[in-house]
Amino acid sequence: MELLVIFFGAAVVNNFVLSYFLGICPFIGVSNKISSAFSMGLAATFVMVLTAIVSWLIYNLILVPYDLDFLQYVAFILVIASLVQFVEMFIKKMSRPLYRALGIFLPLITTNCAILGLALFIVLRDYSFVESVVFGVGAGAGFTLAITIMAGIREELDLADVPKAFQGAPITLIVAGILALAFMGFAGMIS
Amino acid sequence: MDYTFLIALTTMGGLGLIFAGGLALADRKLRVEENPLIAKVNEALPGANCGGCGKAGCYDFAVNVVEGSAPVNGCPVGGTDTAQAVALIMGVDAGNNIKMIPRIHCRGGNSEAVKKMVNYYGPISCSAMSIVSGGDKMCYYGCLGGGDCVTACPFDAMVMNNDGIPEVIEELCTGCGMCVQACPRDIIEMHPIDRNVFIFCRNHDDPRTSKDVCAVACLGCGICSRKSDGGVEMVDNLGVINYSLLDESKIPFDKCKTGAIAKLRDVSNEEIVN
Repeated sequence: MELLVIFFGAAVVNNFVLSYFLGICPFIGVSNKISSAFSMGLAATFVMVLTAIVSWLIYNLILVPYDLDFLQYVAFILVIASLVQFVEMFIKKMSRPLYRALGIFLPLITTNCAILGLALFIVLRDYSFVESVVFGVGAGAGFTLAITIMAGIREELDLADVPKAFQGAPITLIVAGILALAFMGFAGMIS
Repeated sequence: MDYTFLIALTTMGGLGLIFAGGLALADRKLRVEENPLIAKVNEALPGANCGGCGKAGCYDFAVNVVEGSAPVNGCPVGGTDTAQAVALIMGVDAGNNIKMIPRIHCRGGNSEAVKKMVNYYGPISCSAMSIVSGGDKMCYYGCLGGGDCVTACPFDAMVMNNDGIPEVIEELCTGCGMCVQACPRDIIEMHPIDRNVFIFCRNHDDPRTSKDVCAVACLGCGICSRKSDGGVEMVDNLGVINYSLLDESKIPFDKCKTGAIAKLRDVSNEEIVN
């Protein structure tokens, strides 16, 4: 039960993108097609789950016993950067078109605050190992959900008659704002 | 003695080493062999990443050429030299690649065009002017003079002349077409460099109005069209040149009251001088 609460808390109620406003860069950048948006979500989820596992291990088995928790930021960034490199190689090998569709936003997961935020939340909330993993999966699912919904809306939006001044980034930001408002409906259900 | 520094150093160093080792292993397993032609083609390109070819940059263009989805002469900036270099790498014929040059279809500068009774104090940018009631000239079709094309040109080949109309420096122009996209009035068009006859106006107003707003407007009288055997068509009070049917000798340039239809270079004069 406790784990379910953590999962849905991270995925829906306190959605990383739409209520913490973390990871906006790929959320805006790769959300013009559902297929590439979904893949971006999966890549981010993969990095999030691995980050949750590795950063929990490093923090609790190395940093805390040696009194080095002031190094947490550096250590987490190191973990994230390495994992993103790995995911990048993996995607380049498995699917060249996907690699090209994700473009610059794939290496940019490295500096994505959603991933670092995840690692820091785990420390802040003192999660156990299993809780951290579930939190990572939930956060990734939430990110995938948000970016896929956004891509769906933007695919429809391509057919709409948007005033010239609002075309491109402005209307995207407005849509993102309205989407975040919609997710406010879940606020407070799980603290 | 405080060992924190040493412990921190070894811990982070050790972690870094472990991750580096893991990545090195992953690189072995997951290495993707890239077609060596891509690097060669990329080297032959100008490397300006201007996007004139319609691809994301020079490297992307190189990838597309090697995959066969872009033509070897698709780089408008490099011109014939680059096309031949790329064709040599790819082992195909480059074909004839005539250089394209942007031509400005408006000569209504500050001394020719009639100004509105109000002054424009906004930002000096065509896109801003075209939104705010269309700048300070009476003509709603002509050059705004804000210089968006000059700003857009990545090669400094566009300058504003003293009259407030942009001019192309042909030696510097690479034909990338960025100025065409920048112009909100669509008065810049790409043409093969050897074309000589143009109608330097885009005004669709009726003859009386166009005469009132600009001294060098195409009035829409159609005198050039009547003599041209289809070389010039009249579309909505404006002459449009059909270059496939155009015969320069049939155009009565001296009959055009405003000089809207004109030769870019007076070839006969040059011949006399030479």
